[in-house]
Amino acid sequence: MITVESLSKSYGSFTAVDDVSFTAAPGRVTGFLGPNGAGKSTTMRVMVGLTQPGGGEVRVLGRRFADLPDPGREVGVLLDASAQHAGRTGREILTIAALTMGLPRTRVEEMLERVSLTPDEASRRVRNYSLGMRQRLGIGTALLGDPEVLILDEPANGLDPAGIRWMRDLLRDFADEGGTVLLSSHLLHEIEVIADDIVVIGNGRIVAQGTKEELLAGAGTLVRATDGTALAAALTHAGIPARPTSGGAVLAEADLTRVGQAAFAAGIAVTELRAADGAGLEEMFLALTADSQRESVDTTSKQAPTTQGAAA
Amino acid sequence: MTATTLDAAPDVVPPSARTRPAPARTPFRRIQYVELRKMFDTRSGYWLMASIVITSAIATVITLLVGDRDDLTFDSFAAAIGSPMSVILPVIGVLAVTSEWSQRTTLTTFTLVPGRSRVLAAKLLNTLAIGLAGMVVALGVGALGNLVTSMITGVDPVWDISAGTFAQIVLANELGMLLGFALGLLFRSSPAAIVGYFVVNLVLPGLSGALAAAQEWWADNAGWFDINDTRFLLFDGHLTGQDWAQLGVTSALWIALPLLIGTRLVLRSEVK
Repeated sequence: MITVESLSKSYGSFTAVDDVSFTAAPGRVTGFLGPNGAGKSTTMRVMVGLTQPGGGEVRVLGRRFADLPDPGREVGVLLDASAQHAGRTGREILTIAALTMGLPRTRVEEMLERVSLTPDEASRRVRNYSLGMRQRLGIGTALLGDPEVLILDEPANGLDPAGIRWMRDLLRDFADEGGTVLLSSHLLHEIEVIADDIVVIGNGRIVAQGTKEELLAGAGTLVRATDGTALAAALTHAGIPARPTSGGAVLAEADLTRVGQAAFAAGIAVTELRAADGAGLEEMFLALTADSQRESVDTTSKQAPTTQGAAA
Repeated sequence: MTATTLDAAPDVVPPSARTRPAPARTPFRRIQYVELRKMFDTRSGYWLMASIVITSAIATVITLLVGDRDDLTFDSFAAAIGSPMSVILPVIGVLAVTSEWSQRTTLTTFTLVPGRSRVLAAKLLNTLAIGLAGMVVALGVGALGNLVTSMITGVDPVWDISAGTFAQIVLANELGMLLGFALGLLFRSSPAAIVGYFVVNLVLPGLSGALAAAQEWWADNAGWFDINDTRFLLFDGHLTGQDWAQLGVTSALWIALPLLIGTRLVLRSEVK
């Protein structure tokens, strides 16, 4: 369980994190989504006590991170897979972490196997590692103490498709056993396939949060016709907010039945009618982050998907 | 929202499955052992430590080959070994701190042990222990050289370093390491801290000397401000009460103060 309450952090006149509040619940994978420079890493550094917050606080398992007696045993952290001593072997890096947490050496070999680093690779120095291998090693360090909470900053960076799938399964299992997972990414697709709950941050502020289903539902319906523009006009006329996207597709903010009926009433033959899932969320992500990047206060796009109930 | 019902199902699984008692606090000796291991477990770290033995062996052999063997005493070897030690040991002090920053391993170190002062204390104790052990090893090599000399010349070896003098030499080197450590904390960058150390050690004495030549007051009182002036006296044997007082004052100014400021900076700084 991670609770972030009204967290703020400024650097001079630049506000990196602005009144951020959210919860990552046990048993769920929470995706922390935002474009580069949105404040994800700063928020995560504050979470683990590496950066002092300007205001607000973060509690991990009910305590401030600095008050955890042996943090590695309760919280697994991976902030930057490249931040490992290039001159140490992978095995040595895990050994140091295991010794710090007072774990037996056998745990190191177990973990190497779990993150699929062969004994030969484990004996190589990290400077010879690919980014993907560093990520695996970093995830191994995070998992070493058998923690209850995982905090991972861009863990999928540098992993190949098989690696991403591996990580997805690993995090899924971890959450299914009751663990809390918070992972960040700037790629919507990554978050979409792994996360149960999504927190979207742009320009230091939370612009949307809720379960994945809620955010998808908020994205409405995708409907397609030969003439998308005419369809959008017809829907709008019927009182359904709609905008054409591409290839005759229209994103409409209403359920399937209403949209279908409105198209039928307008005499337009629909070629496709379905819940706008991935595509819709992406549109929303782009719109939300574009909004916040322009610094405009667009309250309509902000309030719609913000629902915290299910996450808590 | 209607969608809430969708994920009610996964929430039914009680998340308390992983609720466990909190572990015990990381004991200090564990931190200290890990920090010590980190000083040896890279090639550069290992060879830096090995260089204590290697350079003292080289210095001893050169003394043996080049020196006038009839006049060689334990002090000759100690002096020969002293100069490489006065370079290596402070560098060890610097790198004990800065290698964490140059390799960005602080990210892991300070998330596994959020009490940064405990990590720094462990590093400091290890640095001082290595200084002591290093001096014992180095002088041991020198003693060996002294014995070999006596075997060659057939004259009894001269052991002209008392325990007191040895303690002073160790103190002088420990102070050098502390200065390196303090500069490491201040700069958190290996090149900056190492250059800083040699500026203090090699450039400042020249400046101080020039100032003393031009200004009488400074010539009389430099000992209260110039750490090199007093620290080097430790190598030569007897110090008067005033010398000790000057050593205390200059150490406070050049070592304790940067150590305090550097520690404060590290404790509060953002780790990236």
